[in-house]
Amino acid sequence: MCGIVGLYLKNEALQPRLGELFQPMLLAMGDRGPDSAGFAIYGDDVGQDRLKYTLQAEDPATDWQALADGLEADLGAAVEWFRNATAAVFKTGADPGQVRAWLRERAPQVRLMSVGHSIEILKGVGHPRLVAERFGLARMQGTHIIGHTRMATESAVTMQGSHPFSTGHDLCLVHNGSLSNHNRLRLQLEREGLEFDTDNDTEVAAAYLTWRLAEGDGLTGALERAVGDLDGFYTFTVGTRDGFAVLRDPIACKPAVLAETADYVAMASEYRALAGLPGISTARVWEPEPTRVYVWEGSPQRSQETGT
Amino acid sequence: MKSISLAEHSVREVNQLLHDQARELTEGQWRITEPDGRHALACGLDQELHVVIDGHAGYYCAGMNQKATVEVNGTVGVGVAENMMSGRVHVHGNASQSAGATAHGGLLVIDGNASARCGISMKGVDIVVGGNVGHMSAFMAQAGRLVVCGDAGGALGDSIYEARLYVRGSVESLGADCIEKEMREEHISELRALLAQAGMETNPAEFRRYGSARQLYNFQVDNADGG
Repeated sequence: MCGIVGLYLKNEALQPRLGELFQPMLLAMGDRGPDSAGFAIYGDDVGQDRLKYTLQAEDPATDWQALADGLEADLGAAVEWFRNATAAVFKTGADPGQVRAWLRERAPQVRLMSVGHSIEILKGVGHPRLVAERFGLARMQGTHIIGHTRMATESAVTMQGSHPFSTGHDLCLVHNGSLSNHNRLRLQLEREGLEFDTDNDTEVAAAYLTWRLAEGDGLTGALERAVGDLDGFYTFTVGTRDGFAVLRDPIACKPAVLAETADYVAMASEYRALAGLPGISTARVWEPEPTRVYVWEGSPQRSQETGT
Repeated sequence: MKSISLAEHSVREVNQLLHDQARELTEGQWRITEPDGRHALACGLDQELHVVIDGHAGYYCAGMNQKATVEVNGTVGVGVAENMMSGRVHVHGNASQSAGATAHGGLLVIDGNASARCGISMKGVDIVVGGNVGHMSAFMAQAGRLVVCGDAGGALGDSIYEARLYVRGSVESLGADCIEKEMREEHISELRALLAQAGMETNPAEFRRYGSARQLYNFQVDNADGG
């Protein structure tokens, strides 16, 4: 089943309240996906010269300070970091390939959730309420956020199998549905040099978009092409550093509803998740059409629907 | 008119209140506030109640309705008025998928757009949509009438048995065994009556009629390997 939700702010004044507005959306979809949950929040952008690495470790005694010190000493670049429950966010200007290699070698118990200038992905097994409370979602600030409540079908209930999936800098994707050609597509994408952490179908969709964006497509173009190359059931919500997109497959069995006001664009599997948003009673509320690409991009002031 | 808030009562309580009143019919007029997209509102009514839902409703709103009039001042989720037997359901907004699915009778009016599979397997209901309908509408329709004042998506009337489909705008494509049919005076007059019942001020002469070619009723060996 699964539930997906997203909130893209157009009004900067709401940015301090992003987590507070979003947490009830995620929790409202708890009965569509009670086994695990996660979200990708965009904000606290570190600028062009550095990247943020969101890491997770199951062991609560993980010595993040020692890891940060080691990374700093071995790669010769300053590391700023903070901890959030089982996760930590490292900010550094070190070479991303070297950071990944260092983490693989020196901290094999640590899992890399996301890399980007703005994105932080936090996810875990358990009811969405537990996951949201563990990471203090309601107190978070940012520009946009997408989330997922999971009822697993295609692969195991694990933290790695939880959404969102991120395969490129600042790009992530949440998915309601199941893809039927993900194995073949994964092989093709591996030949293109993409790396996969799981056998999950959604990770393939994320990797596909990463590949298309690297090949020069815009977000709209990449999603238009996805309609031809991805086979299966899907409603996707996609986040990029400054963009937000929604796409449904041609059959459109998986639900989706969009709401837009002057202040925000909100997406959810069901309207229930949007009911608490400010100004929702006068918002434009509609069901996104099959295969139509809905994209909002750019700075909050000039975001607009750019899809076909 | 009795007013009841779903912020203060559960869906089950509200539906039970409506069912109790239906038996006694002491209070015929109801207003439900703060629906906030909750599912299964005003389901299974079987007396001549008038229920107004003030806001957006979730899945299966007014399902299995008999005799009652249910109005929604907002949008509805999947399966509004599914399996309706009689009465009237009026959505003053958009409807999600499978509106009026399998419904046997009554009138379903949607002022806005209905998305995919509107009137799927309809068995006698009349559905009037002020805007567009999505793909696969009237799939396997068996009886009743579907009126679309806007455009219809792909595969309209796929595998249709009977039922008359009236579309004012464009039809993206017709499904298997669905064909355009002649619009005779009797059709214009039944359409005029349906539009009037639905409160739509649209000229019936602007519509085209679609229905079954009746070529899928019996097994034909020529179709044995066909898709």
